[in-house]
Amino acid sequence: MRIRDLLFVGAAFCALVQPASAKTIAVSPGEGAQERLQEALIAAEPGDVVELAAGRFKLSDGLSLDVNKVTVKGQGALKTILDFSGQQGAGEGLLVTSDDVVLKDFAVENSKGDGIKSKGADRIVYHKLRVEWTGGPLTTNGAYGIYPVESKDVLIDSVFVRGASDAGIYVGQSRNIVVRHSTAVENVAGIEIENSFDADVHDNIATRNTGGVLVFDLPNLPQMGGHNVRIFDNIIVNNMTPNFAPKGNIVANVPTGTGVMVMANRRIEIFDNVIGENGTTNIMIVGYRFPFQDPKYDPLPREVSIWDNQHSRAGWDPKFPGGAEIAAAMGGSFPAIFWDGAGGSEYTPVIQDDVPALSLGLKDVAANTAMAQPAPLARATSRPAGLPAIVLPEAMEAAIR
Amino acid sequence: MRFVVPFVLAFAAAVATSAASDDSAALAIAGPQSPATLSAFGFFDGGAARPSSRLIPYELRTPLFSDYAAKQRFIYVPEGAHIGADADGKLIFPVGSALIKSFGYPAKSGGLNVIETRVLLHQAQGWVALPYVWRADGKDADLRVGGRRVPVTFAHSGNDLSINYSVPNKNQCKQCHSAAGNIMPIGPIWQNMAFLRPADARAIVKAAPALARLQPYPKWHDSRTGSLDDRARQYLKVNCGHCHAPQGSASNSGLFLDGSATGAAALGVGKRPVAAGRASGDLDFIIAPGLPDQSILIKRMESTDPGIAMPELGRSTVHDEGVELLRQWIAAMPSNTH
Repeated sequence: MRIRDLLFVGAAFCALVQPASAKTIAVSPGEGAQERLQEALIAAEPGDVVELAAGRFKLSDGLSLDVNKVTVKGQGALKTILDFSGQQGAGEGLLVTSDDVVLKDFAVENSKGDGIKSKGADRIVYHKLRVEWTGGPLTTNGAYGIYPVESKDVLIDSVFVRGASDAGIYVGQSRNIVVRHSTAVENVAGIEIENSFDADVHDNIATRNTGGVLVFDLPNLPQMGGHNVRIFDNIIVNNMTPNFAPKGNIVANVPTGTGVMVMANRRIEIFDNVIGENGTTNIMIVGYRFPFQDPKYDPLPREVSIWDNQHSRAGWDPKFPGGAEIAAAMGGSFPAIFWDGAGGSEYTPVIQDDVPALSLGLKDVAANTAMAQPAPLARATSRPAGLPAIVLPEAMEAAIR
Repeated sequence: MRFVVPFVLAFAAAVATSAASDDSAALAIAGPQSPATLSAFGFFDGGAARPSSRLIPYELRTPLFSDYAAKQRFIYVPEGAHIGADADGKLIFPVGSALIKSFGYPAKSGGLNVIETRVLLHQAQGWVALPYVWRADGKDADLRVGGRRVPVTFAHSGNDLSINYSVPNKNQCKQCHSAAGNIMPIGPIWQNMAFLRPADARAIVKAAPALARLQPYPKWHDSRTGSLDDRARQYLKVNCGHCHAPQGSASNSGLFLDGSATGAAALGVGKRPVAAGRASGDLDFIIAPGLPDQSILIKRMESTDPGIAMPELGRSTVHDEGVELLRQWIAAMPSNTH
């Protein structure tokens, strides 16, 4: 047979083994829900929909999906509930490790570890989900609510997260990310973008967390050098829940009452947000202050631009060492925007908001915040050209229309 | 019409050869349908205690801890095919091979009460992992891709311990047996293997002579076989290194316990947690040198809470002896190494 014939036979064979058409696998709550649902997630083929009926699925173990192009769909985030309060194993409620997966219209409650994790799952869509620890902010809650990691093209749209003892929505070591139209309440960090490249965080509400929106970069991880993150059109108010993260975790160091916090990272834009009622400060830009040994890691934030945000009250109760003293020296209140000053003038953020802004004047990331030499930051008259908007593959947008 | 011919031929071949047991194993392993029962493979002659003479039994010098379950491991290689090995001693199995592992607990009546048998099948397109749960009568085992919890009581340190033993689901098989998103055998590594029949070892060395030069790995609980450091690292490699590897399920942690770590932080020494959440237990470092009580690694090994416990899968009891080894290892580290 000639090569052309072989290819022809091959193509015909592939056509025959493909499923004739996408099918829907329906799963209901009740007896044996754990095995029935897990078996459905394994039996699903690319193109299939696993449809969860309304009601409470009482689960005894973590669930996982490892098939590409599968949609898992419930009847609504208040109606279809995956209840993990009886979970005996696995580090998260639902784990996704395949590409082109859509998760929508269901809730995950009270998982022992993370809520929904997706790892190496490119083009994942999280839509109209609820991930909640129903007891509210407790140290014993799981770490992350919605947790994509090591993924390219991530869309998180119209989700609600509450009670995470680390971050409600956490995107780690990923690239090309949109987090929008979502609500994060009573988490330590409402929304956190960590060690990631190219993210838009917009039209979200982050309230009653310890910190509203965090953009972090940490050492000793496979992907470092976080950059190109835009935070805009969000409402980031009243993030005054006392920090309930277990110590040792990086977010345990987030001062209660933080609106937006940028740590390390470069090219960050914060604009057109409503930010206020945050007792430490509305916007904080700092270096990574722990000792580290990682020659590839840059602990300093740089190229941060801030403009056209609408601020209300901030800084009446700064919760970090030396904060109260600085507030007292400034007439009782800490400024709405501050930068630790590490790295010197070439790292100065570009600030055009009409509120007091301060540099702590720390020489480097090793300097003690109690030794701050505060100095006002002048308002910038111009700013660099903006970052382009994140564009996701059209199929991802189509999946939620 | 020309497209139908291959199917007819394949079907005819299947029917013609299904009588011979080696051929039934070949068909069952080749897929694409996963056999509903373990007996379809012909690996066992009517019960877990009666493995086929075609299977090569082996043990591991340092095994993965699985809730104190006893394990029986076998290799199946198609007639006429040979096992190879790479330069590191990792065995290479020809297509059509299978790795077979039974898990059970000593029965009160003597012998082993086998709960499940897991098979890793080397198909032409790659490896496939399947879990089979033995029936109450012990005569055959059924495919349970969704996994299962099985209540078990066994004797440990003079007490009866009752657990909900976890048969992994098919995806969980892959969570551990994965490299860069594909299913792979975790080993076996020649240096960690012990063969019950000397002729099997001789046959493998004959096909891969370089194996004869490799020194056996230490046994984790036998101080005559290696230093404390060697034994602790071997324990970590076997129990944690399948996920905590640059291509493994825990790659995002930056904690690499598979032997690939080149710096202290990648091994956990002085490394702060990233996504541990409450599993940090209010501690700052994965390993605090000299201070096992201050090390998250120990904390997580000592927990059975699913939000804290490591490894995440297949462990609902604490491996007291393994924890003790790693406590000694961390205690012996000079506390100024970071």
